[in-house]
Formats: sequence, structure tokens, C-alpha cells
Amino acid sequence: MITFEDVVKIYPGGSTAVDHLSMELPTGKMTVLVGPSGCGKTTSLRMINRMVEPTSGRILIDGRDVAGQDEALLRRGIGYVIQHAGLFPHKTVLDNVATVPLLLGKTRREARAAALELLERVGLAAEFAGRYPAQLSGGQQQRVGVARALAADPPVMLMDEPFSAVDPVVREGLHREFLRLQQDLGKTIAMVTHDIDEAIKLGDRVAVFRQGGHLAQFGTPQELLEQPVDDFVAEFVGRDRGLRSLSFDTAADLPVSPLTDGGAELVLDEAGRPVGWRLGGVVQPTAGVFTKADSLRMVTDLAIMSPVGVAVRVGADGTADGLVRHHDLVDFLATRRDRRAAEQEA
Amino acid sequence: MIQYLSNNHEVVLAALRQHIYLALLPILIGFVVSLPIGYLGVRFPWFYHPLVNVCGVLYSIPSLALFVFLPVILGTKILAPANIVVALTIYTVALLSRTVADGLRAVDPIVTQSATAMGYRRTRRLLDVELPVALPVILAGLRVATVSNISLVSVGALIGIGGLGQLFTRGFQLFYLEPIIIGIILSVLLAGLADLIIVLIQRAVTPWARFQRGGGTA
Repeated sequence: MITFEDVVKIYPGGSTAVDHLSMELPTGKMTVLVGPSGCGKTTSLRMINRMVEPTSGRILIDGRDVAGQDEALLRRGIGYVIQHAGLFPHKTVLDNVATVPLLLGKTRREARAAALELLERVGLAAEFAGRYPAQLSGGQQQRVGVARALAADPPVMLMDEPFSAVDPVVREGLHREFLRLQQDLGKTIAMVTHDIDEAIKLGDRVAVFRQGGHLAQFGTPQELLEQPVDDFVAEFVGRDRGLRSLSFDTAADLPVSPLTDGGAELVLDEAGRPVGWRLGGVVQPTAGVFTKADSLRMVTDLAIMSPVGVAVRVGADGTADGLVRHHDLVDFLATRRDRRAAEQEA
Repeated sequence: MIQYLSNNHEVVLAALRQHIYLALLPILIGFVVSLPIGYLGVRFPWFYHPLVNVCGVLYSIPSLALFVFLPVILGTKILAPANIVVALTIYTVALLSRTVADGLRAVDPIVTQSATAMGYRRTRRLLDVELPVALPVILAGLRVATVSNISLVSVGALIGIGGLGQLFTRGFQLFYLEPIIIGIILSVLLAGLADLIIVLIQRAVTPWARFQRGGGTA
């Protein structure tokens, strides 16, 4: 757990970068610090590994004040991923990843062996090991950056806009891989971004900062989308936050109608898997199918995209077992809203 | 010319040897001295501009003047090779200190920052990251200094010690073209060869540098 206790940072010249910040970043979770530029999010991140020293207040990692610790030793125990990767241009990919193990006193051989394993983990083939950073694409460099941060298996990782320098398609892929990696590793991560969508997608917790280094709200992505504390957060989170909040609920509780209630014939193959809707003698494909584990947002999307306005649910074996029509969805969302309101009052 | 060479090959070889010695010893000393001076220009930002100015002034002192005045300052004999070595070391330091400082300053701050964040301490960061990354710039400066030194040695002939330059003075005194031509050819070959050797060293120790510009996979 990373704890900020009433942390203030005032730069020489008098500008306040971080203003009485208190928050707790839970162990094994990813907390995303997000906000407009100049809101103190990066300064806050850098105070964790003492790249910046706070003016007052304390920062603790698992109860230990970072201020009392040797800077270099502290940093070797904290993975760090920087924007644009910040790889060493004169070292091969393998030696870049081996950096921290070497600093920790491992032999070159041990460090390289660990590095090779890590490269594989972040999805880079062994053939990249001998290349130099300038020979890699931006996305590949960023993966090496993540591998380098993970090489000594630190419990804590700091990430400073790690995915902002790559194009959206590559970023999407990196996000997916990173989430998978984090699911395996369960690191305590603090990540900075200015992109609220990224924060909501990746964060277990999101800390929204506002100008002047104030923490505006700290909570789960769903809390942020559904209960923004003020207009600033509401606006920052964005207009379609209602729709986006549907990403966080699964379709498990969503009631379904029988397969015959679709308004058109649902054509199944011999195994009972949906093929399409028969419309005027032609079979039009369904827009896709969902399972109980998928999100309400996906169900909504399927219902909108479907040629008959109906989303088809399938079981684990892929056979169709129920339908959700537009108005089923609307009814469900209404009860969901009422339930939420009751919960909030309680 | 062949005739001249066969009659005087010992004189020519001795001149060449002296030339190499007088040009390259200052390069070695100058390189070793410039590294810490250049680093100070980066470590203490206030020191950079004085450093650049002093280097500029030193380099602009005419070599002949330096050759003549150094014995006075150092207390050496006017014909001592040490005068040439010290003078050329001064020029080398003037050229290279600035190059070292500029090379280190040109290291991408993202790279130094990420090194710090990995847990490098200052000295190890300098040796393991900053100096190697600055090496292409430093070696480019070393090429300039080496070629410059090889040409400056000849001026020393005017005060009696100048490697191949002695072939020029001899030629002028005797109204004899051969030694002058041989001196010029050997000077140029020596400069070219020294430059080539540094380029080869550069390729060997900074294999990554050729990917830096142009980009893409090679």
C-alpha cells in the first residue's frame, strides 16, 4: 500500500504543485492519477520514489516512510516506466531490461537470463534481445520499458504516461496486454495519465486531480462515472459517462425473454447456436452474441446493432438461451437506477 | 624524389616518428584531462559558459606564440619537445573539454531521468549511461583535435622541433622541393590514417550509433 499523508509540494518560486494530498493506493491494485496538465499528478507520482521531495507531509510504502530510505536503494525496489520509454540508446534491448538486476548486484549472466524471460512475458520475441532501441517501433520500445521496470520483480511500479506516445491502435493492444500482465502479477501500481478513458479502462482506483494540486475525487471508475462529487469531475469524466458506466456491470442479473419473442425467427444451426434472423426470406446475421459475463454496455451495443433490435444471449456451450429486447433493457436500467438510489440513501 | 628518400630515409623516418609522438601524446593527455573538466561544465551549470569562453580564448592563441612563450613560463629550454607537447595539450583540452561538456549536455534528459529512477547513483550513471551516450559526440571532437594537432606540429619546425615540419624548413633553406613535397604527403597521410583509426574505434565502441539517425530497422 502506498500512503500519502497530507503531502504538500511547493516549488521554489512559490507555485503549489500538490496541495495537502492524502490518499491510499491499495496493494496489488492499479491506481491511476488523472487530471489536466499542471494538476500535480506527475509531481505526486515522482514523490513516491523521491525523484521529487515533498515540502511537507509523508509518503509511506507498506508503512515505511520513503524519506528515511537510501534514494538509490529505494528506487531499485520500485519499477519505473517513463513516457517515451526512456530506454538507454547504447544498450541492447536485453541489457536495457537487465539494468536493475545488475544494479542489485546480480551477475551479468543471471541478469540477462531474467531479462530474457521478461521480454517473453511482455510479448517480445527473443530475436529482439540483441537489437538497439532505435531499431524498435514506439510500441515495442514501450514494452521493453515495461519489461525493464519489471525485471527485478518489484512489488511497486510507477508509470508516467506510459502509453501516451504510441498511436491509438497500438495503445489498445498494449492496454490489453498490460491488463493481462497485471492480472498475473498483481503489482501495486501508480500510473499517471491525462486520458480519462485510459484511467477508467485500466484503473482499479482513479484519483482525479484538479488545477492547483487538489485531489478532486478518489474512487473506483464506476463511482467516478456514476457519482462524480462535483461539476469538475462530472465534466472531466465526460458526457457519455452514463453509457460508459454500463461497462462495469455484467449481464448476469439481466432477465432474458424466450427465443421465440424476438419478433422474427431466430435461425439456429443443428447444435443450437444462433446463425441469424430470418427477415423477408433472407437470413441476416446477428450483430454478435453475449454471455452472462459480458457487460451491460456490450448488451446495449448488440441490441442497437441487431437488425431486429434484439441481443442474443448464449450459454457457455455457445447455444442460444435467451433474448434481450430494447425495452427489456430500458426496464432493467430503470430498476437498476432505483436500486442504486435506494442504496445511496441507506 | 625516390632518390631523396633513399638517401635520407633515416631523417624522414625520424621526422615522422617525432611527428607522431608530438601530435598524439598531447591527444592522450588532453583526452584524459578534458573528461573531468567537461563533466564539471555539466555538473555545475554556472561553470559551462566560463568554460566555453576560456576554451575559445585558449584555442585562438597563435601556436607559434605559444611555442615561443611556453619556455618562459615553464622554464624549459627553447628547443625542448615538452614545449610542443604542452602547447598542443592546451589546444586539445580547449577543443575537447567543450566537446565533452556539449556531448554530456546533449544526452536526452529522459534517458538520465530514467537512469536515476532505476536506482543509478551519480558516478555509475555517468560511467554507465551518460558518457557512453555522449561518446559519438566526444569521438567526433577527438577526430578534429587529432587532425588539428597533426597539422600544428609542423609549425614547431620554426623553433627547431616540428616532426615532418623540419622537412619543410630544410627544403626552404636548401631551395629544394623534394623534402617539402614528402613532408606534405606524409602529413596528409598521417592525418588521414589517424582519422580513419578513430572512425574505426568509433564504429567498434558505439555500434548502436548508426541506428540513431535515419531510424527503422537495418
